[in-house]
Amino acid sequence: MGRYILRRLLQMIPVFIGTTLIIFLMVYALPGDPVKALFGDKAADPATVLRLKHQFGLDKPLLEQYWTYLTNLVQGDLGTSFSQRPVTDILTDAIPVTIRLSLVAFAIEIVLGIGLGMLAGLKRGKLVDQLVLVVTLVVIAIPVFVLGYVAQSVLGNELHLIDPTVNDSNDLSQLLLPGIVLASVSLAYVSRLTRTSIAENIRADYIRTAIAKGMPKRRVVGIHLMRNSLIPVVTFLGTDLGALMGGAIVTEGIFNVQGIGNTLYRAVLQADGPLVVGLVTFLVVVYLVASLLVDLLYAVLDPRIRYV
Amino acid sequence: MTTNETPANVPEPAAGKGAPLLEVRDLHVEFHTRDGVVNAINGVNYSVSAGETLAVLGESGSGKSVTAQAIMGILDMPPGKIPKGEIFFRGDDMLRMSDEERRKIRGSKLAMIFQDALSALNPVLSVGYQLGEMFRVHQGLSRKDAKAKSIELMDRVRIPAAKARVNDYPHQFSGGMRQRIMIAMALALEPDLIIADEPTTALDVTVQAQIMDLLAELQREYNMGLILITHDLGVVADVADKIAVMYAGRIVENAPVHELYKRPAHPYTRGLLDSIPRLDQKGQELYAIKGLPPNLQHIPAGCAFNPRCTMAQDVCRTDVPVLHQVTERDGAELPGRGSACHFWKETIHG
Repeated sequence: MGRYILRRLLQMIPVFIGTTLIIFLMVYALPGDPVKALFGDKAADPATVLRLKHQFGLDKPLLEQYWTYLTNLVQGDLGTSFSQRPVTDILTDAIPVTIRLSLVAFAIEIVLGIGLGMLAGLKRGKLVDQLVLVVTLVVIAIPVFVLGYVAQSVLGNELHLIDPTVNDSNDLSQLLLPGIVLASVSLAYVSRLTRTSIAENIRADYIRTAIAKGMPKRRVVGIHLMRNSLIPVVTFLGTDLGALMGGAIVTEGIFNVQGIGNTLYRAVLQADGPLVVGLVTFLVVVYLVASLLVDLLYAVLDPRIRYV
Repeated sequence: MTTNETPANVPEPAAGKGAPLLEVRDLHVEFHTRDGVVNAINGVNYSVSAGETLAVLGESGSGKSVTAQAIMGILDMPPGKIPKGEIFFRGDDMLRMSDEERRKIRGSKLAMIFQDALSALNPVLSVGYQLGEMFRVHQGLSRKDAKAKSIELMDRVRIPAAKARVNDYPHQFSGGMRQRIMIAMALALEPDLIIADEPTTALDVTVQAQIMDLLAELQREYNMGLILITHDLGVVADVADKIAVMYAGRIVENAPVHELYKRPAHPYTRGLLDSIPRLDQKGQELYAIKGLPPNLQHIPAGCAFNPRCTMAQDVCRTDVPVLHQVTERDGAELPGRGSACHFWKETIHG
């Protein structure tokens, strides 16, 4: 186990270098001069441009810039945004917001997704099952931004049930609607996955054994069935936690949540290279850690899996 | 025959001395599928007493496992349905009991051993957990006490190093050891009756013998009734007291074990016995009953076996034979023998 984790951690290094290098190259290969863009419509003063370029190291060859970025990163320095703020400062502001939103979405996803999936799987072919299938299909088919704007304008602007935008990200009730919107698609996948998994396992021999042992129904379902059926679901949930944190760009944009997604969106618009690279670096790490945790969790859930 | 070993805490009208532990009467089971009704069981009668072993013999699809599932109450209903019949266990008709009453009997008084222990055991729970569950659910024991009992049980079915292996998972055991765990699980609460559904089919021949010996030994020790479902005539001979041969959802012959081997009274039984490979017939072609078992959606009119029977006459194609009491040539009753063949006399007496 220990050796497995060590190997996985070592494997992360090339993955990390590869992904960040690609992002780095893409950001700096973008057409247009980001420094000149800082001046907006005003004419750029050539001397200032040169000074800024030097300050951000943009006058050096690309690979050298990447090397500087990597060496700074090892020392915990993600560089400075074009707005002159250190990227780490921006991250420490945005991360807690995104984590809060992700956790709200994640909780909704787990409770509703698994709940609906169980209901549908146990009542396969019945009305509840059909209903869950249709609703989840619709949710999967509708793009998130449509769902987000519709929810915002109906519940927020028309019915005034909620604030259309999030003013205070510490207030979990304000994060509820963005959370639901963010969770919606994953929630639909989780219910479908749970449903299929349950419907498959309910016919398994060991379920018959559990019934033959005289186990009460709640134990047959709650322990014997769920313990097996949730293995693929937990795997999905694990990787999805990473996706929720990085994938909130649209949702955070609609509801004006000042998290990672929104910050990244603005950084891309402003061609703020150091900030984009810094944010993406953070997301890459989140993904890598999440996928390692999922793989480790897998062994806890299914003893047949051994790490070598 | 022995008396019922434990005084029951509920009054048992029919469970006196010698009364059967389990009695199945005119049991019918059908499955309602999209393609129509499958008549899996068409009037089965059998009984088992304490300390007795009944072997139920038949090909796949003969209804031997479905009968067992109906007795255990683990049939999938729907699509399964029991339109007719009674299953008396210690004098009470289990088909009239509430789900909760039946659940309490399952596992504690009536236990089942399945064929393929690898798939019948839960892959993600340790064997100790799965054994301990019996004590925790049925007797309300604590986790710790249940675990101690599980180790005891594993010792009893002779799993080496039980204490060290109690937390292992099913896939970490060999096939024979897994089947021992299944047996331990069935044995946990010292039930009155165990149904073993092809307990050795998935095992090597040498392991088969060990498992059968263990089962027979434990049965003697606890004076349990045992229903042994099998298609293997070899397994039956050593352990069974009596045999019921099933075909197309009916019992076609029943008899004390050695009588059946010596003098079958049904052409189907004779066909089965003739198809056992024998050393003294080395080099000769092996006998096989021609044809295939009937489609249970369209069971042939008359005797279900008639299309495959070498002795079939017109009456066999029109009249369903009842289970006749089999007698000696001189009319003396042969106890416990029955044959559902119009020509049982010709079959047994030649």
